[in-house]
Amino acid sequence: MKRRKFIKQSAAVGAVVGVGSLGFLSFAQQKDRKHITILHTNDVHSHIEPFGPDHAQYPNKGGVARRYSLISRIREENPNTLLLDAGDIFQGTPYFNFYGGELEFKLMSKMGYDAATIGNHDFDNGIDGLLAQLPHAEFPFLNANYDFSNTILDGQIKPYKVFIRDGIKIGVFGLGIELEGLVGKKLYKETKYLNPIEMAQETVRQLKTEENCELVICLSHLGYKYQQEKISDVKLAGLTKDIDLIIGGHTHTFLPEPTVVPNSEGKNVLVNQVGWAGVELGRIDFFLDAGVNREGQGATISV
Amino acid sequence: MAGEKDEKNYFYLSQLAKREMKKTFLLFLLTSVFWSSCKKSRGLTVTKINWEQIVISDSIPANDSIAAFIGPYKKHIDQEMNAVLAYAPIGLTKTDDEFNTAIGNMMADAVMELANPVFEQRTGESIDIVLLNYGGIRSSLSKGDVSTRTAYQIMPFENEVVVAELRGEQVREMVRYLIDDGSAHPVAGLELAINLENAIERMLVQGKPVEEDKIYYVATNDYLYQGGDNMLFFAKAEGVHNLDYKIRNVLIDYFSQKDTIAPVRDQRFIRIP
Repeated sequence: MKRRKFIKQSAAVGAVVGVGSLGFLSFAQQKDRKHITILHTNDVHSHIEPFGPDHAQYPNKGGVARRYSLISRIREENPNTLLLDAGDIFQGTPYFNFYGGELEFKLMSKMGYDAATIGNHDFDNGIDGLLAQLPHAEFPFLNANYDFSNTILDGQIKPYKVFIRDGIKIGVFGLGIELEGLVGKKLYKETKYLNPIEMAQETVRQLKTEENCELVICLSHLGYKYQQEKISDVKLAGLTKDIDLIIGGHTHTFLPEPTVVPNSEGKNVLVNQVGWAGVELGRIDFFLDAGVNREGQGATISV
Repeated sequence: MAGEKDEKNYFYLSQLAKREMKKTFLLFLLTSVFWSSCKKSRGLTVTKINWEQIVISDSIPANDSIAAFIGPYKKHIDQEMNAVLAYAPIGLTKTDDEFNTAIGNMMADAVMELANPVFEQRTGESIDIVLLNYGGIRSSLSKGDVSTRTAYQIMPFENEVVVAELRGEQVREMVRYLIDDGSAHPVAGLELAINLENAIERMLVQGKPVEEDKIYYVATNDYLYQGGDNMLFFAKAEGVHNLDYKIRNVLIDYFSQKDTIAPVRDQRFIRIP
């Protein structure tokens, strides 16, 4: 608390004194500036090894051992890093067929994943199969719109988690796609799908007003965008408020750059997704400064 | 007064911006409300966002401890996967032809050949039709050795063979679906010819015309039976039998029983000009 007050005061000084001098302003900013790095994957689908040299689309791309080298390098550069996954960890190579997701979870734990959400394919061995592998995951699974209360997963999945990095409170929550028609009922059993927009609004309200988060990140397996009315990350971004970043999955979309979408209050939200199979790692760096304020209608993002 | 300062502040921020990396989103912040809304402000706010989509290429060295951890798992899988079961003289893909393809026919015929004895033993009845889906052929079949890995590539999912009891009327619905969809969904037991107007020229099941009230035993997978790919006619099934036989295991057994895998495109679903 005291620390925050100090930052606020020094920021105010910085702003006043800094006006006259570019050098001092940048110095003051450097000093007070907080830097949070978000790393993310989605739809890795059990791709533990890289694609082979003959692969038509992604020759010699991907691979967990390389991904970890990259993550370690970025963590050395900035220890205030979160590593997140947007679901569909399971299914796609014999590693899943043979070990049921055990190796995927163990490797994600070794790499220091901070949280993940649940994709439709994570139900491929049923909720029993997912529960059986949870002890291998040393990170939480977050979902705010599946009601597991009548299933064996009851109490295992939290809607959100608040992380503190360099004094910044980062709220991360998860959203999942409608399972009916996509996943066999005997796999997801009594899991209830709740309206993702309503649940997002309620969860974000908690993160903002009760948990006092400075950054809010949604881990979504809804899918990037659809032709139909179906809810997607882009729709979610526009219909909600107070979300800074939506990390998406499901549609295996390789975005060349994050999409900027105005939210319901006209403030910008970033939507990002990095294809599938661990071919890419997404990296978003947030810089936070004291003494400037987004409460006003002001924030615009330009490239 | 505050407004003037903020304007300069904005200017410096934008000057700084020009020196930033290319891949930067800058939040130009209007700070004019800062002084008046201190009460609401927590004092820290996002002023800049950088991004990068980093490709995991072979220029990044593999981490030794992770590679070592994967080692024993990989060794075990490779031993199983690399077992050579048969030989394919030519490579096949699901896009080779229209309406029916060699690889699709192979899959449907494999289900007919291997699942039917299981079904007959359990029920005393025989499978009339096999229907799988085009999207369920997950990989091509490469020329050369056919291994367990090939079966995992073509069918990575755990779906099982189920046999649905459909009336002749639903079989007609199924045929209409096949014609309207136009994809080369794997079929067996069915002979279908359509003309340029998509009208049916010939429709036979096990070589005979379809009878409205007869029960037909249609083998498919549990995904399609539950309405996957909009195969909604399965919802009208009068009964269903789960054979506890994974499609992938059907393929592994099929490959194991053959020396050479050389299926062909044939007349089972064609268009007559």
